Amino acid sequence: MNPLEELIVVFGSIALILVIATLIGRTLAARQLPDSPNAVIDNLNARINAWWAMVALLGLAFLFGETGVIVLFGLLSFAGLREFITLTRTRSGDYWALLVAFFVVVPLQYYLIADRWYGLYSIFIPVYVFLLMPILSAFRAETTDFLERVAEIQWGLMLAVFCLSHVPALLSLEIPGFENQQIMLIAYLVIVTQSSDVMQYVWGKLIGGHKIAPRLSPSKTLEGFAGGVLSAAAIGAMLWWITPFTVIESAVLALIVALMGFLGGLVMSAIKRDRGVKDWGWSIQGHGGILDRLDSVVFAAPVFFHIVRFWWAGSGAL
Amino acid sequence: MKPLFAQFSALAIILFARLITAVRGEWRGTESTAGQRVYYANHASNGDFVLLWTVLPPPLRRRARPVAAADYWQRGPIRRFIINDVFRGVLIDRVRTEASPDPIGVMAAAIDAGDSLIVFPEGTRNTTEERLLKFKSGIYRLAVERPDLEFVPVWINNLNRVMPKGELLPIPLLCSVIFGEALKLEEGESKDGFLDRARNSLLALSPDEKGDSQ
Repeated sequence: MNPLEELIVVFGSIALILVIATLIGRTLAARQLPDSPNAVIDNLNARINAWWAMVALLGLAFLFGETGVIVLFGLLSFAGLREFITLTRTRSGDYWALLVAFFVVVPLQYYLIADRWYGLYSIFIPVYVFLLMPILSAFRAETTDFLERVAEIQWGLMLAVFCLSHVPALLSLEIPGFENQQIMLIAYLVIVTQSSDVMQYVWGKLIGGHKIAPRLSPSKTLEGFAGGVLSAAAIGAMLWWITPFTVIESAVLALIVALMGFLGGLVMSAIKRDRGVKDWGWSIQGHGGILDRLDSVVFAAPVFFHIVRFWWAGSGAL
Repeated sequence: MKPLFAQFSALAIILFARLITAVRGEWRGTESTAGQRVYYANHASNGDFVLLWTVLPPPLRRRARPVAAADYWQRGPIRRFIINDVFRGVLIDRVRTEASPDPIGVMAAAIDAGDSLIVFPEGTRNTTEERLLKFKSGIYRLAVERPDLEFVPVWINNLNRVMPKGELLPIPLLCSVIFGEALKLEEGESKDGFLDRARNSLLALSPDEKGDSQ
C-alpha cells in the first residue's frame, strides 16, 4: 500500500469507530429521562462531536501533505501558547518578550521544521530563545516576579511550541526503506496518544475505583491508567503496518508514548490545579482547551522523535 | 454602499477580536435573550466595548450602542466611521460647554428609541492596581430618568493584558466577558446606595485568579 491508501484505511477505521461511538452516545442520551439530564452523558456526546471535528481537521491537514501538517501544528502551538500564557503572571514589562514569542518564535520554529534544519530547530528555543526572552523582559526594568515571569514564558514556549513541534519534525527523519512515508509516523503518534487518553477515560468510567493521583487529578484511576496504557500498546501493535517498526517494537513504542502521555497529563493537571482552573481553555466543546487535548502529545512527541531518530533514522552514532 | 462596508467592517472586527482572544461570553443570572438593557462594565482598555459587543448574540448586538467620548472618536475619518457606522455609538462630550447637550438626555433618547447601551461608569480607563474605580453618577441619573431600566453588570476579564496601555499590537490571550444579574433602581434609593450596589454587583463577577495579576 502507498501512504495515500494507508491513510484512507486509517481514517476510514477512525470514522467507523466514531460512528459506533456516536450511536452509543445517542442511544444513552435517548434513554435518559428528560427531567434528569445526565451531565456525564451530555459531556460524552459533546466529546464525541468534537472528535468528529478534530478528525476532520487532521484529515484536511493530511490532505495538504507536509505543508498542511506543519501549518496545523503551528496554529495549535499558537493557540496552546495563548492558553498557557493566559494562566501566567506576566506583566506589562513582558510586552516585547510576549510579542516576539507569539509572532516571531512560533513561525520561526515551524519554518525551521519545514526547512528540516535539525541542527537549529532542536536548539533554537532551548538555547537562543531561552537567552533572548529574559533580555527582552529586562529592557522594561520591571522587577516584580521577574524570575517567575521569565520562567513561565520559557515553560510555555517549551511545552506549547518546542515539544509540540516535534510532531511535524517527524517528517524530516530519513528512515531507510521508509522514504516519503514519514507522515504515517505522525498518524501513529497521534492515534496512540489520543486512544490512550480515550481508553483511560473509558476504562476509568467502566471499572475505575482506585484513585491514582487524587491530589493532582481526582478523575484519574489506577484501572483507567492500566487499561488505557495497555489498550494503547495493543492499538500501537495493530498499527505496525503503517510504521517502519515490527509488531513488538510498535507495541513497546506505543507503551512508552502512552506512559509519557499519562505523566504529561499529571504535570499539566498540577499546573492547572495551582492556578485554580479545571481546563486550559474552552476551544474544544466537552474537552476544554487545546492543551487539555494535547497535553499527552506534548510530553510524548520529543521522546518518540528521538527514539525513532536514534534507532531507526540511522543516526545511532551521533 | 456605506452600510454594506460597515457590516463588513463589523465582521472583520469580530473575527479579529476572536482570533486574538478566543473570547467567550458567560451569562450568569441574565439570559442572553432580547431585551432592552444598560450593560455597564469595567474599563481597563480601549477594546473593552468591542469585546463586549463581540460576545453579544447578533439580535442583541444590533441594538447595543456603546456610549463613548465625542472628543476621542470625532478625531479623524476612520474613527468617525467606526463609531458612527459600525458601532452606532452614542457620543457624549466629556468636557461640557454651553453648547453641548446634556449627556443623560442623549442616553435617555437612545433608550426611548428602543436601543440598549454599553457604558463604563468608572468614567476613565482604570490603569491602577485597584480592580475597579469609584463609579461616576451617570448611571444613577439615567436610572432616575428611566426608573424601569435594567442595568446588567458585565465583567471583562484579561483584556488589559491583551492591550496594555500605550502599546500598539495586542498580545494573544484568552478573554472572557461575564454577564451578571440585572438590577434596577429601588424606590427611594439614594445615589450612593445605588452606585455602591451596582459597583459591588460588578466586582462580584471578577474572578480572583492568581493568573491575572494586573
